[in-house]
Amino acid sequence: MSEEIVFDCLHAEIVNYCLDSSKDQHDLATLEYIGFTTGYRLIERLTRDVQRFKDELETMKFICTDFWTLIYKKQVDNLRTNNHGMYVVHDNAFRFLTRISPGIKQLEQAPKFVAFTCGLVRGALSNLGINSTVTAEVQTIPACRFHIEVNRN
Amino acid sequence: MAFCIAVIGKDNAPLYLATSDLERELDLQYHVHAALDVVEEKCLIGKGAPESKELYLGLLYSTENHKIYGFVTNSRVKFIVVIDSSNIALRENEVRAIFRNLHMLYTDAVCNPFYIPGEQLTSKKFDKAIQKLMTGNA
Repeated sequence: MSEEIVFDCLHAEIVNYCLDSSKDQHDLATLEYIGFTTGYRLIERLTRDVQRFKDELETMKFICTDFWTLIYKKQVDNLRTNNHGMYVVHDNAFRFLTRISPGIKQLEQAPKFVAFTCGLVRGALSNLGINSTVTAEVQTIPACRFHIEVNRN
Repeated sequence: MAFCIAVIGKDNAPLYLATSDLERELDLQYHVHAALDVVEEKCLIGKGAPESKELYLGLLYSTENHKIYGFVTNSRVKFIVVIDSSNIALRENEVRAIFRNLHMLYTDAVCNPFYIPGEQLTSKKFDKAIQKLMTGNA
């Protein structure tokens, strides 16, 4: 437990640092970019002992199970796809939101805490050869939904 | 003995190349270059076949003087190792071990925040470790 809290604290500090240093409180680009570079480098290490991925879906499954477990200590609760490059990942208790009390006021702050993860997923997929756009949606804390749109061209 | 280790990026640009014999470096580079086609073929044909799921590709091809082995990571980075044919001390298992170590070194190098992915690997630590890997099997 004690070592898990370290990552939560670091993440909270990264969020604070990024938003304090930029003038605009809604500028999440830096945060997303930090996530991207982290994911890009991290996936190299995490896929070291994994067999080669057959296709896109297999890669997504890896992200939702192994990758998620390593970072958020749980698997995602649901993965859906329309088989045309659109994936929706549900996490009913997203790690960075579990410590926030549910409420409308808190909901306004939620995007700050999911931006890093959007970047993380995008970076990981990008290094595995999948060019994508990742957006997040929070309707009720601590549930979170990530939309992954694969850009095929 | 001739021995060469090369790291090739996603887009087939060389990221790193080390040879134990400087005089034959160009010759060895040709071998590595030629091996890339075989790597591509191996990754393509085996789609779905169980044996192709392994990252280690095995012997790519051999010439009179060299044996060329390949390895592709999940992020499509290729490792090529050229070994002297006369060297019978290096068996399949030893080659696998080289690739495993090489992969480990590469992931460590990529996790260096000062390294920009896709650029040439100029890290001294990485270079030193590779040199050690080469002499360790000489």
